[in-house]
Amino acid sequence: MSSILSLSSITPRSWQGYAALVLFVGALLVLPLVSATPGYGIATTVSIFILLLVAIEADNFPPMIGVVLLFLGAHGAAWMLLAGITGNEGSARASFYLLLAAAWFLAWRCVTVLSSFRPTSRWASTALRLIIPAIFGAWILIIWEAVTRGAGIPFILLPPPSAIGARIVGSLPVLAADVRQTIFKAVIFGYVVGSSAGFLVAIAADRVPFLRRGLLPIGNMVSALPIIGVAPIMVMWFGFDWQSKAAVVIIMTFFPMLVNTVAGLAASGHMERDLMRTYASSYWQTLFKLRLPAAAPFIFNALKINSTLALIGAIVAEFFGTPVVGMGFRISTEVGRMNIDMVWAEIAVAALAGSVFYGVVAFFERAITFWHPSVRGG
Amino acid sequence: MDSFRDKIVPVTSILLGVVVVWYVMAVILNTPFQRDLDRRANQTPGIVEFIGKTLAQPKPTLPAPHQVAVNFFENTFLRSITSNRSLVYNAWVTLSSTLLGFAFGTALGIVIAVGIVHVATLDRSLMPWIIASQTIPILAVAPMIIVVLAAVGITGLIPKALISTYLSFFPVAVGMVKGLRSPELTHLDLMHTYNASPSQTFWKLRVPASVPFLFTSMKVAVAASLVGAIVGELPTGAVAGIGAKLLAGAYYSQTIDIWSALVAGSVVAALLVMLVGIAGRLVDRAMGGRPA
Repeated sequence: MSSILSLSSITPRSWQGYAALVLFVGALLVLPLVSATPGYGIATTVSIFILLLVAIEADNFPPMIGVVLLFLGAHGAAWMLLAGITGNEGSARASFYLLLAAAWFLAWRCVTVLSSFRPTSRWASTALRLIIPAIFGAWILIIWEAVTRGAGIPFILLPPPSAIGARIVGSLPVLAADVRQTIFKAVIFGYVVGSSAGFLVAIAADRVPFLRRGLLPIGNMVSALPIIGVAPIMVMWFGFDWQSKAAVVIIMTFFPMLVNTVAGLAASGHMERDLMRTYASSYWQTLFKLRLPAAAPFIFNALKINSTLALIGAIVAEFFGTPVVGMGFRISTEVGRMNIDMVWAEIAVAALAGSVFYGVVAFFERAITFWHPSVRGG
Repeated sequence: MDSFRDKIVPVTSILLGVVVVWYVMAVILNTPFQRDLDRRANQTPGIVEFIGKTLAQPKPTLPAPHQVAVNFFENTFLRSITSNRSLVYNAWVTLSSTLLGFAFGTALGIVIAVGIVHVATLDRSLMPWIIASQTIPILAVAPMIIVVLAAVGITGLIPKALISTYLSFFPVAVGMVKGLRSPELTHLDLMHTYNASPSQTFWKLRVPASVPFLFTSMKVAVAASLVGAIVGELPTGAVAGIGAKLLAGAYYSQTIDIWSALVAGSVVAALLVMLVGIAGRLVDRAMGGRPA
């Protein structure tokens, strides 16, 4: 009873704090957390409640300390909730979800406080820009884990993230072989060839106005078409190995590059072009010293679009026939064998590869178009 | 007259060039198989007859344009539209999940954009993930989603539409964030001097300013959601739809069927983009926009 009495002295300062407090009290009234034995130990349960109380109270401290308390309280409580549910799958009671929701509200409060900070140093603001989305992503995983384990969702439907992580660690050689087949052979070859072909045709179209007027409307239309549908044809022409996937990637990456480069080559201003004329510079000099640098942001935009398209093209093409290795092959066969955790492992690897690919392109963009306002501004 | 010389002539001549190259490629690619056939039949046809034969194979490596055109015409106009070989029927199956997914996606994109513009926490925590979500090759997840939903008992239209939703919400969300933020500071200040409430500022300034952005991104979104619907049909062995036609064609080496399904998909895509464009222009005119 004494714990409930002491609650009256607790004063949250935000609506998330009040919501968390209400859920907290609600959870107290409907203990225990799980209906199964062994359940949670007394010590664990008490520490979860204490951590949440600390976080609810955190707004009464100076913001810097408060944020740390919020972060530790919310995530510590979530961590202990998750650690305890392992072994008690499918037996979570209402109080488990109430506490999880309370922790989630407190994490939300933590993010709100964090995003109200206006740090002066560059380093701190970069860190902040990474931490805020990281908390959001972590909570997607936390809720996913808690719901799949708490409600005992069958493994075949949706495995918890921890099981997927274990699967990734456990089958690294298979995943590595798939990545080598799909990404290092098909995607990179197709991406390089398709993008450079689009680039060269765009230069040719720029040199010959007739070609540009004809190609641009067609290119714009083609970019709306479901090009992915050529995958079965390419598999028939070039066989089951990576060449057919590279061919699909080439076709998919060609048009975005063409359209963007042509648009980029028109981006330099009249004044600058007139200046180059007064210097008596030739077409190629103007191209290399003025127009290509001016087109760089457009070209990198195409390269970024293509990085996603290339992965999609290669993986989908593998659905139509492939040797017994490759990410698309693995996904479609493991779905059939109901090894859903392996499928999710493959998806996680694909997502990671896609993000790294995009990140590398973005890195080169920042290095090469350092003069552009969008890069210079921060 | 200018548009004739500047647009129609170059576009048609390039399209003609494509058709010519297509025929040449068809002859070259179909030659080995035809030569094989002739050798087995102990025939030595003349060059003209040989070329004619390469363009009339029942399962060519590359079908000639007229073969595709004939197949497309037969399956579109000559079959009853309830037949499951009719392209109209298959296109309709794909189109229905495309439209459902597109509607979900647009609604979701708008809701996310409104949230991001009005809630600072969402802006900083959600936006990076929205961008990251598109670096994930979601189409690879399509079989998963469909199998899992089928296990829960949801089959048919919804799973395919969900994939379309995922692909189409992104352009709308990004475009709408840009659009809702497009009113300049002076306009916002003007609303401020009118003592406008946030909801009045939203409905009378931000929403009208975002409409052009909305339609531009809806054009991208509708094309993306068609791709989502087609790919969504691949892994389930769907019985109907453009994706199912592609898969069936691939299994039975019916190359002409694959090509005409591709043509059907392209026609649907072009029509959808055009419709969104027309709707955009109508809305623009209704709102009092003048042609620039």
